[in-house]
Amino acid sequence: MKVELTVNGKQITADVEDRMLLAGFLRDVADLTATNIGCETTSCGACTVLLDGESVKSCTVLAAQADGRSVTTLEGLAGPDGEMHPVQKAFHEEHGLQCGYCTPGMVMAIASLLKENPSPTEADIRAGLEGNLCRCTGYHNIVRAALAAASEGAK
Amino acid sequence: MSILGTRVIRTEDPRLLTAGGVYVDDLKEPDLNGALRATFVRSTVAHARITGIDTSEALAQPGVVAVLTAADMTDVPSPPPADFDPDAPPVEEPMPLGGPWSEPLLATDRVRYVGEPVAIVLTDSAYQGEDAAELVSVDYDILPAVPSIEAALAGESLLFPEAGTNVCQKRGADLDDSVFDSLDVVVEGDVVNQRVAAVPMEPRGAAAVWKDGRLTVWSSTQNAQTARLILTALGLKPDAIRVVAPDVGGGFGAKIGIDRDAIVVAWAAKHTGRPVRWAESRNENLLGMTQGRAQLHHIKIGGTRDGKIKAYRLEVIQDTGAYARMSGFLPSLTVLMAPGVYDIPNVQAGYKAVVTNGTPIAAYRGAGRPEAAATIERAVDWWAAEAGLDPAEVRKINFIKPEQFPYLTKTGAPYDTGDYEGALDKVLAAAGYERLRAEQKKRRESGDTRQLGLGLSSYVEITAADGVMGETAKLEVHRDGTATVYTGSSAHGQGHHTAFAMLVQEELGIPMDKVEVVHGDTDLIPKGTGTHASRSLQLGGSAVHKAAIEVKDEAAKRAASLFEASEADVVLDAATGTWHIAGDPDKSLSWAQVAEAASGGTLTANVTFTADRPTFPFGTHLSIAEVDTETGKVTLVRHVTADDAGPVLNPILMEGQRHGGIAQGAAQALVEEVLYDADGNPLTSTLADYGVITAAELPSFELITSETPTDVNPLGVKGIGEAGTIGATPAVQNAVIDAVSHLGVRHIDMPTTPERVWSAIQSATNTK
Repeated sequence: MKVELTVNGKQITADVEDRMLLAGFLRDVADLTATNIGCETTSCGACTVLLDGESVKSCTVLAAQADGRSVTTLEGLAGPDGEMHPVQKAFHEEHGLQCGYCTPGMVMAIASLLKENPSPTEADIRAGLEGNLCRCTGYHNIVRAALAAASEGAK
Repeated sequence: MSILGTRVIRTEDPRLLTAGGVYVDDLKEPDLNGALRATFVRSTVAHARITGIDTSEALAQPGVVAVLTAADMTDVPSPPPADFDPDAPPVEEPMPLGGPWSEPLLATDRVRYVGEPVAIVLTDSAYQGEDAAELVSVDYDILPAVPSIEAALAGESLLFPEAGTNVCQKRGADLDDSVFDSLDVVVEGDVVNQRVAAVPMEPRGAAAVWKDGRLTVWSSTQNAQTARLILTALGLKPDAIRVVAPDVGGGFGAKIGIDRDAIVVAWAAKHTGRPVRWAESRNENLLGMTQGRAQLHHIKIGGTRDGKIKAYRLEVIQDTGAYARMSGFLPSLTVLMAPGVYDIPNVQAGYKAVVTNGTPIAAYRGAGRPEAAATIERAVDWWAAEAGLDPAEVRKINFIKPEQFPYLTKTGAPYDTGDYEGALDKVLAAAGYERLRAEQKKRRESGDTRQLGLGLSSYVEITAADGVMGETAKLEVHRDGTATVYTGSSAHGQGHHTAFAMLVQEELGIPMDKVEVVHGDTDLIPKGTGTHASRSLQLGGSAVHKAAIEVKDEAAKRAASLFEASEADVVLDAATGTWHIAGDPDKSLSWAQVAEAASGGTLTANVTFTADRPTFPFGTHLSIAEVDTETGKVTLVRHVTADDAGPVLNPILMEGQRHGGIAQGAAQALVEEVLYDADGNPLTSTLADYGVITAAELPSFELITSETPTDVNPLGVKGIGEAGTIGATPAVQNAVIDAVSHLGVRHIDMPTTPERVWSAIQSATNTK
């Protein structure tokens, strides 16, 4: 079937299999491989992207369901001048990443979380990240990065 | 000012944060254009004879290029014959294919675990592969499953009938009951160290190209060079193989070397002449990737009323899974580290390793040492509770004292340096131990339904146990003043590039941003050991340090000749990275000028650093948990640690390693467990069933650092990669049990799920 998506501001039209997942579309059709696949059961959140501004796990959304809609991936998060988004910056400064595999999903999930709740507590962040798994950081610095990004946003 | 010990944020991050890493499945190498997708047909039964494989229906599907089985592998040399001597010494290197308790590449006549690769389907697209794999028909003649250690020991069904037993290796303990007879307090019991899954966020993956008589394999591996050695099993010489580790999304021991699946992918590329790529699903990962722990311990611990522990016995039974990949190596480390931080006069430790119809067991964050620490720390708490003594006090009484180092344990471990009581005291003070005990007492007296538990763990672990294997480093300083480090160590999240660049800046004064670090490509770095066993900084880092000194010595000669001065008069100002004549700061040479004068315009040092002994980091963890006595639910409230791995190169990286380790340790204590049913069917084969610990289940961690150097390497450093896990697991478990010990509970096996905790409370209060 034919689908038309706006990905990171760019329109992409393609003929895809009905069963193609949004994650597959982003990786194989749009050639944007920052979005990683970690579980296929919507458990790990590595594939989290923004769909019309809201975070979704792209391994359990069909490309067809995203037809006519707008998707933002990690590659599209930085400003037009290449300046890192406050969440990306905070991840760097707070050592919020190690192997980097969960990072794109984590960053997108936190960007979405902070949009909904610009001044979260640590408990809010921990609860909000329950669907995003990380095996390297023990979440400690991810939570700190989220708090730092929130306080940066509040400035 | 020295850069070492300062908080330098990682140079690796900007790329990972803006474009994302390039993991195996992201590779856009031109050689992989048009690559076939590999999908494995895996055994759906735990134990069976294969009586037939019909690939015809699958072959007829659209996009299917080939369906290959063991019968097609006529171009692979036969593996060495099996060796079924259980008294043979444990194999310390990655197991050759075949050999003892042989593991085939694809199943031949028998399958021994659910998920074992039986056939490989090659298709144009991944979706076609999934469809076709389902149509490969394998006829199984089901055999009785051996799903547990108990079933393996019963020996009614044998995985390798020609061996005549399921026991693949053993080292007997010298059991002497008489030493316990005269002791005031003796505790005896079983402690389970359950099977857990490594779950790196990037599952396994590989891509391979056969071109001009040479095999190139991209693999998600912790050790490209070791992977290359294992790949020679395909009948190729090492120099006909190139292995590349691109970005690797976590390993935790389970990506040491290369698995049979990836070897089959490499073979398939050679066999068909087409590039092939494979990215496993999480379901396959939870069935096929090696898992960890899986030990059953029987302990006996005895001592006197005044708190002195006099005797400790540890009998280990290791479940190796279906193929004894590491034979008895893991339990031999458990035995080596059995007495932990304690000076116990009588230690009796031994092991048996048995095969079962489960996923093979191999290294996982600590590999044999966490099991030792978990059980001695559990045993000490158990014994202290029985003796009516405070667990902190019992630890202090029994610690090996600072003046006893170097200390050779009764099990033969040569501890280098340590201050165990110092670490404990720091944690007790930082946590407010007395105040917490008072709060606990208050809650106990009031019958609060939220009881407080304090769990201690004082650990010592062995890192770089394979230090004699060493690590390589090549350092080049170029005529543009930049430097390149080629390391045999292999990063997958630890921050090698930042750490090694810091070492070069420190020694040579070349700023970090002009130092490139390269790893994980056997064409560029033919020799190396890779990253495991918390070895990278102490061996790989020491190699970089050694190479920097050699480059400096060579540069001094060049500089002297450029200055027309004596070499003894030439000095490097490491703060500015410039060469001078001593006492004449006005005349200087840059690294670029000195390198220009070297042959070929590059200063080069090519070194191997080996350590003659391992190192022994140590520390204490205190975990504070709340247990709801009505539901059994555990909440981890605080986790305070003092970890000592020698001088800290970069606190940011060190803390990151500890945070991740603590989470994995807490995960084993609280939630994670791989389960099989009585027929050997896995019950935890997706992340919906296997509960990887989440941010919502953990608190922030409180870290204290101390720095006791070792004399084993020039940096004085020990390993920190596994310490968090080793320390945290028993601390969290002890906290849970301590919360309900006043109700009569003495032990709860991991994971301490609400059901287990609730049942333990019920059975303790009912027998009162």
